Amino acid sequence: MKRPAAESKAAAPPRRGGSLAADPRFRAFVVQAILLIAIVWIGWTLFENIRQNLAAQKIASGFGFFGETAGFGISQTLIPYTEESTYGRAFFVGLVNTLIVSALAIVFATILGFAVGIARLSRNVLLARLAEAYVEVLRNLPLLFQILFWYLAVLGTLPGPRQSTPLLGAVYLTNRGIIFPKIGLEPGSGIVFGALGIGFLLALILRFLQRRQMLMGSERRSFGWLTLLLIVGLPALAFVLTGAPVSLKWPELRGFNFVGGARLNPELLALLFALSTYTASFIAEIVRAGVLAVPRGQTEAAFSLGLSRRTTLRRVVAPQAMRLIVPPLTSQYLNITKNSSLAAAIGYPDFFYVFAGTTLNQTGQAIEIIAITMAVYLAISLATAIFMNWYNRAIALKGA
Amino acid sequence: MNVAMSTPTPAEHTLVAVEMAGVHKWFGQFHVLKDINLTVMRKERIVICGPSGSGKSTLIRCINGLEQHQRGRIVVNGTELTRDVRSLDAARRDVGMVFQQFNLFPHLTVLENCTLAPIWVRGLSKAEAEMRAMHYLERVRIPEQSYKYPSQLSGGQQQRVAIARALCMNPKIMLFDEPTSALDPEMIKEVLDVMIELAQEGMTMLVVSHEMGFAREVADRVVFMDDGQIVEINGPDEFFARPRHERTKLFLSQILR
Ligand SMILES: Nc1ncnc2c1ncn2[C@@H]1O[C@H](COP(=O)(O)OP(=O)(O)O)[C@@H](O)[C@H]1O
Ligand SMILES: [Mg+2]
Repeated sequence: MKRPAAESKAAAPPRRGGSLAADPRFRAFVVQAILLIAIVWIGWTLFENIRQNLAAQKIASGFGFFGETAGFGISQTLIPYTEESTYGRAFFVGLVNTLIVSALAIVFATILGFAVGIARLSRNVLLARLAEAYVEVLRNLPLLFQILFWYLAVLGTLPGPRQSTPLLGAVYLTNRGIIFPKIGLEPGSGIVFGALGIGFLLALILRFLQRRQMLMGSERRSFGWLTLLLIVGLPALAFVLTGAPVSLKWPELRGFNFVGGARLNPELLALLFALSTYTASFIAEIVRAGVLAVPRGQTEAAFSLGLSRRTTLRRVVAPQAMRLIVPPLTSQYLNITKNSSLAAAIGYPDFFYVFAGTTLNQTGQAIEIIAITMAVYLAISLATAIFMNWYNRAIALKGA
Repeated sequence: MNVAMSTPTPAEHTLVAVEMAGVHKWFGQFHVLKDINLTVMRKERIVICGPSGSGKSTLIRCINGLEQHQRGRIVVNGTELTRDVRSLDAARRDVGMVFQQFNLFPHLTVLENCTLAPIWVRGLSKAEAEMRAMHYLERVRIPEQSYKYPSQLSGGQQQRVAIARALCMNPKIMLFDEPTSALDPEMIKEVLDVMIELAQEGMTMLVVSHEMGFAREVADRVVFMDDGQIVEINGPDEFFARPRHERTKLFLSQILR
C-alpha cells in the first residue's frame, strides 16, 4: 500500500494552480476518511439501538448472570453439571463439548483426509476413482445436510435399546447412541499408570542412547521391539501384579433404556461423522495438491538412488509436500471449530447452542453473550493458528 | 543383499556393462527410440550427442528404468530389465545417475543428501554412511560445505554434490544427462574436472553432453543420435575429423562453429 502511494507522488506532475482535488493522495485520504466515518456511524447506531432496546426491556447489563442458576438441563456433560448449576458452569460444559467434538473431528478428518488424498494418487485406478468420487460427493453437499443425514438417516434408523443385539457381546448400536461397558478404576490403578509413565520415559532414554550410538558409529539397530515391550509390557506387568485394578460396568437394559455402561450420544456421533468426513474431502484435495507440487525430478533422483517407493514417499516427497500442506490445513482446522456450531441443528449441546442459544434466550444479555461468544471462538481459532504456525516453522525449509 | 553382491555371479565376469539390442520405445503414438543397438563394455566411456529432442535422455533413462522400453532387450550388468520390480532394483543398485537440474533434495543438508540412500537402501549405520559421504565430498572438493543446504550452494557445487551423492552408492555404471547444461560457463570446468577424474579411475560412464572438449579428452566412443536413432558411433578422433553422415556433419558444424 505505502510504496505505490509514495511512487505515485514522486511520479505525479507538479500541481497546477494548487488544486487539491487533482492530487491523488488527497483524494485517497478523503475517500478513506469518509469510509471510516461511515463505519463508526453504523457501529454506533447499532450499539445505541441495542442499548435502548435492552433498557426498554429492563435488562441490566453486566456479567452478574454468570453466577445465577441456569435451571436447564444439558444432555452431554463431561464436567459435573445439574439444573441447579450456574450459567458459568453451563458455559464451561458447552465449551468442553465444542472442544471435544472439534478435537476428535480434527484427528479423524486428518487421518481420513490424508488416506483419501494419497489414494487419489494411487496407481490403482479403482482406488483412485473411488477416492475421487468420495471427494466430489462429500465436498459438494452442504454440511448441514450431511449432519442431518447422519443423525436422521443413519443413526436415527438404528433399533431401539430393547430391540438391539450386542456386537462383540457388549456393544449396543441403538437409536439412543452407542452403548458399551464402562471401565471403572479401582485402587491400585495408579500403579499401572505409573508403570506406563516409566515405560515411556525409559523408551525415550533408549531412543536418545540409540541416536548417540548411531553417531558413535556402531550398528544401526532398530530397538522397535524393546520400545514396544517397555511401553506395553511394563504397564501390562503392573496390571497383572496389582490384580487387575479395573472393573467393567456392563450395560443392563432397564425398562426402555440401558443403565450401567457408558454411552456416546447420537448427536455427538452424527456431528463427529459429518464434520470428519466432510472436512476430510477438503484435506484430501490439499494433500493431493501438495504431493503433486513436489517436482518430478525429486522422485526420479530418489528412484535412481535405489530408494523404494515407500522410502521415497516418506523421506523425500512427504517432507517437501508437508510444507505446502500445512498452511491450508490450518484453515481446515479452523473451519472444523467454527462449523461445529451447526450442532444446534441436531441438539448437540456445543458452546454455541448452550451459551449463545439457551443462555442468551433465558437471560437476554445479548451484548455480553455475543461479545463473549466472539471472544471464545477467536481464542480457539488463534490458539489453533498459533500452534500450526509453530509447526509450520518447525518444518520450514532451512537455509533457503 | 550383501551376499548377492559379494559372490561374483557369472554376469560379473562378463566384460559387458550395458547391452541394448533392438530397443524401441513409444510415448503414446510418438516413436521416440527406434531400434537402438548399443553395447557398452566395462570401464568404457561413451559420450552421446545429438540435437534436442532426438531421444538422448530417454535412451539413458531406459538404462536405470526411469523409462520403460516396449521392445528389445536391455541388459545391465548381467540383469535383463523386465517388468519385474526386482530387475529394476538390481539395475538401480549398480547404476548412478546425475541430472541436468541436479535434483538435490532441498530439505536435506549436503551430507544428508549423500547418506540418505546408503542408510535406507544399503542399511549402513549413520556413522558409516557419513564417513563414506565425507570421502566422496572430499573427492568432489566440497567437504567444507557438508552442513549447508543445497540452496546455499552455487550450481557447480550442487552438481558436484549430486555426483558425490550418486557415488556414495558405489555404482558400477554412471549416467550423466547433460550435467553442465544448466551451469553458468565459469562453473562448467569444475564439474567436468570431477568427471574426468572419475573416468581416469575407470568408471563406466554414459554421458549425454555437447561438451566436445570433454568428449575428445575422455570418450572411448562418441554416439550421435538423431530422430530416435543412433546415426553414427565412432572413436572421438574419427568422429570429429571425418564424420560419415550428412546429419552428423550438419550437427557438428552447428555446435563447433
Ligand atoms: N514423458 C514424455 N511424454 C511424451 N513425450 C516425451 C516424454 N519425454 C520426452 N518426450 C519426447 O520425446 C522426445 C525425446 O525426448 P528426450 O529424450 O528428452 O530428448 P533429448 O534428451 O535428446 O533432448 C522429445 O520429442 C520429447 O518431447
Ligand atoms: Mg535431454
